[in-house]
Amino acid sequence: MHRFANPARFTRIADRVLPFVAVAALASLGIGFYLALFVAPGDYQQGESVRIMYVHVPSAWMAMFIYVAIAVASAVALVWRHPLADLAAKASAPIGAGFAFLTLATGSLWGRPMWGTWWEWDGRLTSMLILFFLYLGHIALMHAFEDQQRGYRAAAVLALVGVINIPIIKFSVDWWSTLHQPASVLRLDGPTIHASMLWPLLITALGFKLYYLVLVLLRIKSELIAARLRALDLAKLSAT
Amino acid sequence: MSGLVLIVGRDLRLALRQSADAWLAVLFFVLTGALFPFGIGPEPSLLKLIAPGVIWVVALLAVLLSLERLFLADYEDGSLEQLLLSPLPLELAILGKVLAHWLTTGLPLIAAAPLLAVLFNMDMAGLGVLLLAMLLGTPILSLIGAIGAALTLGARRGGVLIPLLVLPLYIPALIFGVGATDAALAGLSARPDLMLLAALLLVMLVITPLAGAAALRQALE
Repeated sequence: MHRFANPARFTRIADRVLPFVAVAALASLGIGFYLALFVAPGDYQQGESVRIMYVHVPSAWMAMFIYVAIAVASAVALVWRHPLADLAAKASAPIGAGFAFLTLATGSLWGRPMWGTWWEWDGRLTSMLILFFLYLGHIALMHAFEDQQRGYRAAAVLALVGVINIPIIKFSVDWWSTLHQPASVLRLDGPTIHASMLWPLLITALGFKLYYLVLVLLRIKSELIAARLRALDLAKLSAT
Repeated sequence: MSGLVLIVGRDLRLALRQSADAWLAVLFFVLTGALFPFGIGPEPSLLKLIAPGVIWVVALLAVLLSLERLFLADYEDGSLEQLLLSPLPLELAILGKVLAHWLTTGLPLIAAAPLLAVLFNMDMAGLGVLLLAMLLGTPILSLIGAIGAALTLGARRGGVLIPLLVLPLYIPALIFGVGATDAALAGLSARPDLMLLAALLLVMLVITPLAGAAALRQALE
C-alpha cells in the first residue's frame, strides 16, 4: 500500500484511470436515468412521484458510504501517517455533505405529496439530517487551524468518533420515532422491491459511486497541484 | 490512581476559588428554562407536557457553555504539557479532568433541576426518574464534550466550533434521558431507557480517554 503513497505515482495512475471512470460514470448515469424515467413503471400507490427514489436512495447510500470511507481514510492517516489518506478524507467530506443534502432535499420533495408534509421528524430522515451536521462539523474542523496538518489530525479523530457514534445515533433516533418505510433492498430475505424498479436503482447507484470516484480523484489531484504551487511560491520567496 | 485524585482535587480547588463559574452554569440553566413560558405561553398543561424535554435541552446547553474552559486554561499556561510529560497516562488524566468538570457543572445542574420541574408544574412522580436519568446522562455530556474541547484546542473560533462538533453526538443521550422521564410520567417502566443511558455512559467512558488523548497529543505536538 505504501507504494501508492507517492504523490507523483498517484497522479500518474489517476490520470490513466480517470477517463475510463468518467466515461463509465456518464454511461451508467445515462442508462440508469433513462431506465428510471422512461422504462421503470410508476408505483400503483405513489404514481410517477416514485421516480424521485432513483435519486433519493442512491444519494442516501452514498452519504453513508462516504462517511465510512472518510473514517477508513482517517484511520489509515492516523496509523500510517499516509499523506494521501488525509487528502482523500479532505476531498470526500464536501461530496458526502452534498449527497446528504441531496437526500434531504429529494426526501422533502417526495414527502410533500406522499406524507403531506415537507418535513417529518421521522427516524431515517432525522438521522440523515444528523449525518449532514456531522459532515459540516468535520469540514469546519478541517479548516479551523492555521496549520493544515493539525486540521487533518483533528478531523481524523472526529471522523472516527463519529463513525462509532453513527450506529448509536441511528438506533436511538429509530427508537424515538419512525414513519419511514423499512429498508426494502438490503435485507436478509432478499429485496422486496420488484426487479423492474430494482435494476434502474442499482444502475443509478453504480453511476453515483463512479461519479464520486471521479470527483474524489480530481479533488485529490488539484490538492496535490495546489500544494506544489505553494511549495514553488515559497521557493521563489526564499530565493529572492 | 493517586495522580487521578490529585488532578480532580486540583481542578476542584481551582473551580471553588472561582465559584462564579459553576454558579453561572446554574444561573444560565434556570434563566434559559424560565424563558420558555414566555415563548409558548403560561398554559400549565402545556408546560407540564414539555417539562422533561426543556429541562434536558437546557441542561445540555448549560454544559456546552463550560466546555471551552475544560482544557484551554491548562493549554495556555503550559500545564497541559507537564501533564503529558508526567508518568500518569494521559488517558487517565483526561478522565480526572472530565470527572472534575462533571462535579462542577453536571452535579449543580442536577441540584437545580427540581427548581425548573416546579416552575414547569411537572408531575412530582417523575422527579426521581428525571434526577436519576440526569445522574446517568450528564456525565455522558461531559465525556463527549471533552472530545470536542480537546479537538478544538488552538483552533480559530474554537468556542463556536465546539457546539457544531458536539451537539449531534449529544442526541442519543437527550433521547434516552427524556424517554426515561416521559415513561415514568406516563406510568410506564423507565428501566429500558435508563439501561440504555448507562450503556451509553460505559461506551463513552471507553471512547473519551482514547479519542481525547489522541486529540491532546496532536494539539501539543
